[in-house]
Amino acid sequence: MPSFDLTVNGRAVSVTVAHDDVPLLGVLRDALGLLGTRFGCGLEQCGCCMVLIDGAPQKSCAKPIWGVAGKSVTTVEGLGTPERPHPLQRAFLDEQAGQCGYCLSGILISAKALLDRNPEPTRAEIAKALDENICRCGSHNRILRAVEKAAALARGGEP
Amino acid sequence: MTALTGALAEHPALDQWVGFPAPGQVTILTGKVEIGQGVLTAMRQLAAEELDVAPARIAIEAGDTDRTPNEGFTAGSQSMQFGGVALRQACAEVRALFISHAAQKLGCGADELAVVDGRILRKGVATGEDYWTLASAISLAAEATGAARRKPASTYQVVGENAARLDLPAKVFGAPVFVHDMTLPGMVHARAVRQPRRGATIASIDQAAIHRAARGPVDIVRHGNFLAIVGADETADETAVEAAAVAAETHVTWAGVEPINPARQHANSLLQQPTIDRTVGPAAASAPGATHYEATYSRAYLGHASIAPSCALAEFRDGHLTVWTHAQGVFPLRAALAQSLELDPKNISVRHVQGPGCYGHNGADDAAADAAIIAMQRPGTPIRVRWRRAEEFAFEPVSSAMVVKVRAALDAAGRPADWTAEIWSGTHSARPGSGNLLGAQALPAPPPDHAPHDVPDAGGGGAVRNATPLYAIPAKRFIHHLVPDTPVRTSALRGLGAMPNVFAIECFIDELAERAGEDPVAYRLAIAADPRVRGVIGRVAAMAGWQAGLPSGSGRGRGIGVARYKDRAAYAAVVVELEADETIRLLKMWCAADAGLVINPDGAINQLEGGMIQAASWVLREQVQIDSAGIASRDWETYPVLRFSEVPEITVELLPSADDVPLGVGEATAGPTAAAIGNAVAHALGARIRDLPLTRERIMATLLSSE
Repeated sequence: MPSFDLTVNGRAVSVTVAHDDVPLLGVLRDALGLLGTRFGCGLEQCGCCMVLIDGAPQKSCAKPIWGVAGKSVTTVEGLGTPERPHPLQRAFLDEQAGQCGYCLSGILISAKALLDRNPEPTRAEIAKALDENICRCGSHNRILRAVEKAAALARGGEP
Repeated sequence: MTALTGALAEHPALDQWVGFPAPGQVTILTGKVEIGQGVLTAMRQLAAEELDVAPARIAIEAGDTDRTPNEGFTAGSQSMQFGGVALRQACAEVRALFISHAAQKLGCGADELAVVDGRILRKGVATGEDYWTLASAISLAAEATGAARRKPASTYQVVGENAARLDLPAKVFGAPVFVHDMTLPGMVHARAVRQPRRGATIASIDQAAIHRAARGPVDIVRHGNFLAIVGADETADETAVEAAAVAAETHVTWAGVEPINPARQHANSLLQQPTIDRTVGPAAASAPGATHYEATYSRAYLGHASIAPSCALAEFRDGHLTVWTHAQGVFPLRAALAQSLELDPKNISVRHVQGPGCYGHNGADDAAADAAIIAMQRPGTPIRVRWRRAEEFAFEPVSSAMVVKVRAALDAAGRPADWTAEIWSGTHSARPGSGNLLGAQALPAPPPDHAPHDVPDAGGGGAVRNATPLYAIPAKRFIHHLVPDTPVRTSALRGLGAMPNVFAIECFIDELAERAGEDPVAYRLAIAADPRVRGVIGRVAAMAGWQAGLPSGSGRGRGIGVARYKDRAAYAAVVVELEADETIRLLKMWCAADAGLVINPDGAINQLEGGMIQAASWVLREQVQIDSAGIASRDWETYPVLRFSEVPEITVELLPSADDVPLGVGEATAGPTAAAIGNAVAHALGARIRDLPLTRERIMATLLSSE
């Protein structure tokens, strides 16, 4: 069975899979037990499975594991913890930005990718960056406000 | 003395609702479940308020057939209005019971005692007694009597304050909270191979081809015409099962599958179908000389389009079936499973676990049935079924298309004196409870098909929900044409018939206002008698800076829509501002709502706003596509929904209310939003589109024909 080395949330891992085209999402969830990255469609259409690969937001549900070998993957678990939340996570809670919450892992990752390259995005720029993610409950405006707030928090440094 | 109603009347024993498991701790139990609407957060606020304990002391158990009261479905914007009110009364009864015991023990009058965070105070001084010191001597098996007085709303400290959602932190940190994230020791993955239609039979199975596609150890399990791919053991990963299930779509052939006429995907095809008819309301008076006006509106079939496909786990061990599901009703699902699987309900436990937002009857129950059927074939092995995305789009029950024809006789001032709404629709009620589970239809002895029916009017109606305008009109009636035969399975979606009905009514009102040469807001205020209706209209017009007399056809438009959901839940009025040419761009939406007693204002606003955005998506983008094989829109490209860049800014205000009963908000804004968009588009274009969704093709056709 093929084996691949990669970095996940800053940790070097080696995974053995049944086939080299198993999707990254399956590896994260089943082999590594990182259940924060959600399955939404398997078609790269909804953004629930968004992760950072070498800093770029990528859908993981149909991305073969062989293409991720040697790369660095960040999932929602890599953003922060309840004890040390990422500014985005703090802002999402402050703004109560979510309903069912199934889309949030992917949205947080897309938002992190945006803030990493543009620390002062406009509402329109945030919306455009999140167009790869579907929110079905209608929490869009809260989510946009939360990303704006996180940007401000991040610029102001960690209080 | 309050007469016990609803779930508390059915489950009067107080220990069905409240427990004191350990010093300093309170448990509340509810049959309502968290579906992303924040219901458990609001339930905790109600209980904390009425018990006089800090919210943080309270743990909640929800939706478990072994533990919680049977409160039917978490649906219909009823959770707070009925479930919350039941829990609140139960908590009031518990507090009264403890106060009365404490008074006896302390030898004082009950009226000298108060509860502060669970501690009993006498004239403001600690007594050393609290809920937990007294709990061992008090039996909560006692029944609610209705005698306990609730706290007056004027003294509320927790209810009415914003409370952070209890479920949100775990979701923001990516914790495994969804049923999709559950695993059980020894669990194997499984997928059903869907019977294309009720009655279809398996003609052939190319087992070798399916096994080749799996590239892993899978079994093909057959029970009647129910076919499933099941991991042969724990080493069969989900990918193998999924690949085999995809392959089975080509390598299993079926007999007895009649092709569907694709024209039936259009709402107007309902007019050609046999119907079951009834009229509710006074006979139409003949009004010679009166002006008559008529218009016909329609809406396509809509999907729930949950963000993720349905999932469930099931285990059949020692004659007992346990099912973990994100379905909206654990008790109705248990009843349906019992019937379909010929088990005694007492040998079935159904437990709710959170899932993706469902907005009604999606595939959740059916996925649970799949898991249960397979688990029965594999006793002792926990089974996990997760539907595929295409399966959810193609096999979930969808919301029926509807046609609504409105006729009015107008008085001399151009206002409606007589009103008829004529409605064609499939059913909005095919929830489980009476055996309607997809997988069960493929079993050797499938449960009988339903007799045609819809939600009874007493329950708010299905197709006729909100069919009657809330204005003061001397004679109003509706004619309901139930279409028993729809091309695909239909059931409950957020608001049922309310959205198409309110869209039709409120667009028609705008058309009447235009004929009368009146401003839409002024016209509505002239015919609205209910002060709460007038209240939300006036407030939303003020919020939006509504100006009468803005010219139509400028490419920029604004529109209003108003309704009281189900004639018994929250009132909501919505104004939408937009630009329209070949496409529609929403600029801003406002909502004023009267939701009675609001438990968690931020939670209520989140629900109202979510309903507005979802309705905007329905109106601008959504329609289920049907071809000869069934539902053809099986992904997010063929079933597009509104994306972030298309969502406008929204302002929602809750009007103050003297009510001490909460009015459900979850479904209150969909109809008003749909109508406000329809009216705004008509204002922007100078021409009206009466069929939903408002596609580019329809806009172009309307512009061409109005030139």
